[in-house]
Amino acid sequence: MSQTVFAPWNDPQAKPLIQFKNVTKRFGDFIAIDNQSFDIYAQEFFALLGPSGCGKTTMMRMLAGFETPTEGTILLAGQDIAPIPPNKRAVNMMFQSYALFPHLSVWENIAFGLKRDNMPKDKIAERVDQMLKLTRLEKFGKRKPHQISGGQRQRVALARSLAKAPKLLLLDEPLGALDAKLRQETQFELMDIQEKTGTTFVIVTHDQEEAMTVASRVAVMDHGRIIQADTPANIYEMPNSVYVADFIGEVTIIEGRATKSGKGYDVTYGEGVPPLRAHSDTVLQNGQACHLAIRPEKVTITADPPQGADNAVQGKIIDIAYLGNLSTYHVELPNGQMIKAQSANTRRLSRRSFTWEDTVWLSWTATAGVLLEG
Amino acid sequence: MRRFTLIVVPYFWLLALFLVPFLIVLKISLSDTAVAIPPYTPTLDLSQGWAGFKDFLSGLDFENFTFLTTDDLYWKAYLSSVKIATIATILTLIVAYPIAYGMASAPDHWRPTLMMLVILPFWTSFLIRVYSWVGILSNEGYLNQFLLGIGVISEPLTILNTNTAVYIGIVYTYLPFMILPIYSALERMDGSLLEAAEDLGCSRASAFWLVTIPLSKNGIIAGCFLVFIPTIGEFVIPSLLGGSQTLMIGKVLWEEFFNNRDWPVASAVAVILLLILIIPIVLFQRNEQKQREAEG
Repeated sequence: MSQTVFAPWNDPQAKPLIQFKNVTKRFGDFIAIDNQSFDIYAQEFFALLGPSGCGKTTMMRMLAGFETPTEGTILLAGQDIAPIPPNKRAVNMMFQSYALFPHLSVWENIAFGLKRDNMPKDKIAERVDQMLKLTRLEKFGKRKPHQISGGQRQRVALARSLAKAPKLLLLDEPLGALDAKLRQETQFELMDIQEKTGTTFVIVTHDQEEAMTVASRVAVMDHGRIIQADTPANIYEMPNSVYVADFIGEVTIIEGRATKSGKGYDVTYGEGVPPLRAHSDTVLQNGQACHLAIRPEKVTITADPPQGADNAVQGKIIDIAYLGNLSTYHVELPNGQMIKAQSANTRRLSRRSFTWEDTVWLSWTATAGVLLEG
Repeated sequence: MRRFTLIVVPYFWLLALFLVPFLIVLKISLSDTAVAIPPYTPTLDLSQGWAGFKDFLSGLDFENFTFLTTDDLYWKAYLSSVKIATIATILTLIVAYPIAYGMASAPDHWRPTLMMLVILPFWTSFLIRVYSWVGILSNEGYLNQFLLGIGVISEPLTILNTNTAVYIGIVYTYLPFMILPIYSALERMDGSLLEAAEDLGCSRASAFWLVTIPLSKNGIIAGCFLVFIPTIGEFVIPSLLGGSQTLMIGKVLWEEFFNNRDWPVASAVAVILLLILIIPIVLFQRNEQKQREAEG
């Protein structure tokens, strides 16, 4: 049985839930969002990822209604939302600080939005209980926010923002305040809840792992622009720029000049060293400056010269970053170029084959690296 | 031992500066007036030994307290003080809340200046500040001149020597005591709470009632007690700004002491006033305690 892949962004017939059309936001002289147009589809889990100050929070606050675009329009289900105040939008937000009302119990916090809609009392109780169950907080309804743990508070905030069944849920760094282990668990919980409720989620985060884990699509932002918006796999494997390649995960970036040769390109990156082979869909001029981005896990490290590899270079181990399950080797080539290679620590540490100052061979295929204009 | 020393110092302070004077006042309230220095009997004469002490004890009685119940001036003055203090506290709250709210929502770099402006009047003598209100509120005062000048009124308003003047005086004097606790409650409030309320469907106004007010509740309660408690016994403001019909227990107390030279009755009035004040003071302490627990 084949499963249909959820990818409305590839379907020209699909109608987006949210459309940014040439949206610009300025604060005085500062351009927070620079003429951006993009679509978010219903039931997507869309992540806005970037360093602080890149405009991701501004983007979210415009969706919530706390900021209005200086230029351009934002459409929600085809309707311009600029004139709609935050309290009238079918959009709810989960705040970074959770913003739970300290004077109200967990139950009353979740009921807060429902009461504002003048929902009948029994309906409110039903809905709140449903939310408590969804977030596994049944036992904590009567507690005040300061009487529960950080993880529970996070779930109350989520339950409260989901209670009104919004068309769109905004999550501002929702897991930032949790410790690493709880964060991982909660990521899966979030995905689970997103799937159960079928709500469209837009998450703002600076944690690339978090974005990659939860999101159906990730938009990498920098200086008020979306540099690339694509599935986590495409962002990682096919970054469209040095910025994206560098921002997501570990990477070695080699500067060089490209020469067309056969199916791919030869990248010359230094005097007197053989050029590197790279296949690429990007069309480059002969002699054009380029960057070759290679993920360390795609580089094999061996003691002996590898047989039949597209690219093989020799170098000396300068640094080893031991991560437990993996080790990243920083290998320096004779011309000074550093290349990172990663290998799984399948053996115990004492029997590890490479150590500092060892001369090793690095090899990778022509398709392993991504050739970027540069 | 270190702990003991730490505890002893404040307790000694309380003992020396509160309990001992209070016991002296209590003793005077149980004595009788006399044309003597000091103007009451009995006085403790330790040269007679144990017999002298027994004599001294037998001279004490509750006559003055019974006297307070026979003349309706006293309970009327107590009641009127409570009424004036209550109304003045509410008025102070109404004036102080917007000021505190404005201070808390002002940009960060403005706040120390605003705080300074609230505290600044304390640097001048309280008496002089109250006297200056006489100059403002009297029939020929600045306020009447100004209102006549711009033509709002044709006859000068009689404000001085009325309860209105007393309220103005109390609100003016005790305003900082109300502003500061409310400001500190509002300042601590997380701004995202209001955004969350709006996000969940509140208008600005309902977010204020449902979030801002409940969260500043402890500040409001603290401020109200800080104004109410000293206002009940207030003497300077009603005697300078109030008229003959302004009845406050502080004024009665003063008259008993200095006009009638009846120290025992005056002391009895003071003891009863203290008993009345204990109720709000205990409530105030409990509020503070609860707040500490909630934050703890």
